[in-house]
Amino acid sequence: MKYRTADNRTMIEILVLMFGGMLAGYLLRHRRRLIRFLEKLIIWSIFLLLFFLGVAIGRDPVIMAGLPSLGLSALLLSTAGVLGSVLLALVIWKVYFSRR
Amino acid sequence: MFFAAGVLFGYAGWLPASVTESDASTYALYLLMLLVGISIGADSRSLLIIKQQGARLLLLPAATIAGTFAGVLPVALLMNTVSAAEGIAVGAGFGYYSLSSIIITQMHSESLGVIALLSNIIREITTLLLAPLLVIWFGRLAPVASAGATSMDTTLPIITTASGKEFAIIALFHGIVLTILVPPLVTFIMTFAV
Repeated sequence: MKYRTADNRTMIEILVLMFGGMLAGYLLRHRRRLIRFLEKLIIWSIFLLLFFLGVAIGRDPVIMAGLPSLGLSALLLSTAGVLGSVLLALVIWKVYFSRR
Repeated sequence: MFFAAGVLFGYAGWLPASVTESDASTYALYLLMLLVGISIGADSRSLLIIKQQGARLLLLPAATIAGTFAGVLPVALLMNTVSAAEGIAVGAGFGYYSLSSIIITQMHSESLGVIALLSNIIREITTLLLAPLLVIWFGRLAPVASAGATSMDTTLPIITTASGKEFAIIALFHGIVLTILVPPLVTFIMTFAV
C-alpha cells in the first residue's frame, strides 16, 4: 500500500469547516434557493472528487493489479460491519421495542 | 459511474499528471466539507427531530456505531491488507461511500480509499437487497442499522417497506446522526492509521 501521511492539521481543518458550515447553514436556512444551489454543488463536487480518485487509481498499475484483492478486503469489512451492527440492533429490538 | 469513468481516463492516460498530483483535490475536499456542513445546518429536520424525540433515539445510532466497530475490529485484525485502525476507518463510513472514501484518500492512500469506496457501496447494496431477510433474522431495526448513514435517503424506502412505516422517523434520525458523525469519526480514526 502506498502511504500518505495523515496529519492532524487536515482533521482539524475538515472539522472546523464542517461545523462552521453547520452554523452558516443554520443562519442561512430560510434562503431556500441558495441552499438548493449549494446542495447541487455538493453532488457535483462529490462526482468530481470520485472521478479524480478513479483517475489516480487507473493511472497506478500497482493498485489496478490489486483491485480484486482490494475488492475482497472491502467485502470482508462491510460484511463484518453489517453483521456486528444488525446483531446489536437485534439486542435493542428485543430489549426495548418488541415488548410493546 | 464517475469513479469508473475516472479509472478509464487514468488507465488510458488521457489526462496530464498535473491534474491529480496538485493540491486541487485537497481544496475541493475542504469546499465539500463546508458545503456539507451548510446543508446539514440548513436542514430543519435535524433540529426538529432532536427536539421531539430527545436522547432516547440516540440509542440505535450508538448501537450501529458500536456494532460496526465490534464486527470490523476482529476481521481487520485477521486481514493482512489493512491494519485495525484502517479497517475501522473504512467501517466508519457507515455506507456514506462518497465522503468517507474521499477523506480516506486525502488523509491516507488511494488504495485504502478504494477499499472504503467499495466497502461502503457494498453496505448500501447489501441493505437494499437483504432488508426483508434482515427483518426476519435480526428484527425490525436491523435494516436501519445495516443501512447506516444511508437510512435517511437512499435506503429509506426499502426500510419502510421491510420494517414498516412507523420506522421511517427512526430511520431518518438514525441516518442524520450517522451522516453528521461520518466526517469527524473517519478523520479522527485516520489520525491513528499512519
